[in-house]
Amino acid sequence: MILKNTKIFSNQIEVCADDFAPATNKEKSNLVTLGENTSYWQDAWRRLKQNKIAMVSLVIIAIVFIFAIVGPLLSPYTYDQQVRGDENLFPCLKHPFGTDNLGRDLLVRTMIGSRISLLIGVGASVLVLVIGSIYGAISGLIGGKVDTVMMRIVEVIYSLPDMLVIILLRIVLNDPLQKAFDSGSFLGGLQILGPGIIAMFIVYGLLYWVGMARIVRGQVLQLKEMEFVNAARALGADNKRLIKKHLLPNCVGQLVVTTMLQIPSAIFTEAFLSFLGIGVSKPLASLGSLASEALNGISSYPYRLLFPAATISIIILAFNLFGDGLRDALDPRLK
Amino acid sequence: MAKYIVKRIFGAVITIFIAATITFLLMKFVPGSPFTSEKTNEIAEAALNEKYGLDKPVYVQYGKYLNQLIHGDLGVSYKIQKNVPVVDIIKQSFPVSAKIGGIAILFAVLFGVPIGCVAALKRGKVLDGIIRVVSTTGIAIPGFVLATGSMLLFSIELKWLPTYGLDKPSSYILPVFTLGFYPMCYIARIMRSSMLEALGQDYIRTARAKGMTQFITTFKHAMKNSLIPVITYFGPLVAYTLTGGFVVEKVFNINGLGRYFIKSIENRDYNIIMGTTVFLATLIILMNLVCDILYKVVDPRIKLDQ
Repeated sequence: MILKNTKIFSNQIEVCADDFAPATNKEKSNLVTLGENTSYWQDAWRRLKQNKIAMVSLVIIAIVFIFAIVGPLLSPYTYDQQVRGDENLFPCLKHPFGTDNLGRDLLVRTMIGSRISLLIGVGASVLVLVIGSIYGAISGLIGGKVDTVMMRIVEVIYSLPDMLVIILLRIVLNDPLQKAFDSGSFLGGLQILGPGIIAMFIVYGLLYWVGMARIVRGQVLQLKEMEFVNAARALGADNKRLIKKHLLPNCVGQLVVTTMLQIPSAIFTEAFLSFLGIGVSKPLASLGSLASEALNGISSYPYRLLFPAATISIIILAFNLFGDGLRDALDPRLK
Repeated sequence: MAKYIVKRIFGAVITIFIAATITFLLMKFVPGSPFTSEKTNEIAEAALNEKYGLDKPVYVQYGKYLNQLIHGDLGVSYKIQKNVPVVDIIKQSFPVSAKIGGIAILFAVLFGVPIGCVAALKRGKVLDGIIRVVSTTGIAIPGFVLATGSMLLFSIELKWLPTYGLDKPSSYILPVFTLGFYPMCYIARIMRSSMLEALGQDYIRTARAKGMTQFITTFKHAMKNSLIPVITYFGPLVAYTLTGGFVVEKVFNINGLGRYFIKSIENRDYNIIMGTTVFLATLIILMNLVCDILYKVVDPRIKLDQ
């Protein structure tokens, strides 16, 4: 059947003059790109979109952000406002989450608590990312004795029991920070946060970056020796191009994922400390301290525990699942 | 091997020393002495400072502190139980915490390992799905939520279990469950993925081809190898149960070391804070050491010199 197709096998190829005209630019581009060019992020986003759990988590995270940031603005109450005559109310229309023994609206307090959780989570992760990647990159790039010393320091911090050191640091930092705040020597922006949150950031900044530093150093060391980096160098790529086109795209995925998974872990620690009574300073509410306050009247007012506890579990779960999804999307090698 | 162990022990001793030093320095950073808040006049305060050696320069205090530490002396409580040695408080309260923590670890391993195995063997089935959902959720729930939530449900609403103390055997159920649930879920997850990896190995296929039963290949060949990652988790697991115990002891009113620790934080009893921290830190560092050595003994593929 194919043989009958004489046109293909014939010696007499039918040509016309048009066939020899120079190709237009449009034709050229059609030949060069078969499909549309997808960047690294488009590719990752496409993979992420297919992951239903991650997308649901993303929506939940967005809702939590709205709940925490916009919510308190819409509420008729403030987190420390004590409404006379509304003490110890069960959830009702006026106070959907009920009130506590001082007549404070628990809905707005839960919103503020979520805001603190998100602030701590995101702030601490950014802090960890910045300190960890600078430290790790320096250590990995310089190498030699500097690397050995820097990594020995990381090792020591890593082998210290983090939770104990955090508790210790938190106690020690409390009084000096409180004094500094009372005297008003801090800058305006930091004044709003209160000494509790600042102390928490300092603690994260001092301790939690070691994991990130190790990852970044490992990546830098590994990528430095990779064949494609050698190949790119052999083909004449300068340092700028090497970093921009080869090194960064290869480790940015892992950086984003590690930072993302740092968020729930930071929120977790904050809630733990607040529950033990050494987290944010009063009268600011955090989800951990709300649960801790609820413990006193747990048999009479179980709803006081229910809402903050459920909120923090949902926040951590959503961030965990989204982080997992992001890891699969950004770094398919890890799967 | 011996060289490696000696090296690791040396490293652990240095870490313990650093932890003790950090603890001491941090406690010295705290402004004021433990007695300033009390209603004492300056003369009495100075007398108290002199009595406890707090008027000496920091390096003298540090030397004294280290010397005491080597002899197992952690000083005396300033406030909660005046003049009672911290060592005695630890001796009295730590067994309670250790008992709950120990049972919780046992619970986590005994349930986590089989659950992870089952999930791996039933990969893709409904049971696997359920286990994955439960273990993922279990990791996301903070200890205090689980502790207070389960107390609310089982002790207050259903009245099945006691809410506080450790008087009856049934009062152990909730503390152990809430403390062991997170590690159980974590172990189940590690176990599932390492078991899946092991089941896909060539030697499993060889064993099956040679006529071994499913039972033997699963339990003798695959499980033995997939337990290694669980061993590496043992160090963090001990650290988690010790600090997680603070929350559980607070919620269930158990007079363990964690309660004392929290109480000493509330009352700023620095000697207890310092002593407990050094004690727990030493314990955790030693557990990590044991776990590291064990890991290398179990898996000879891991290079010793690294």
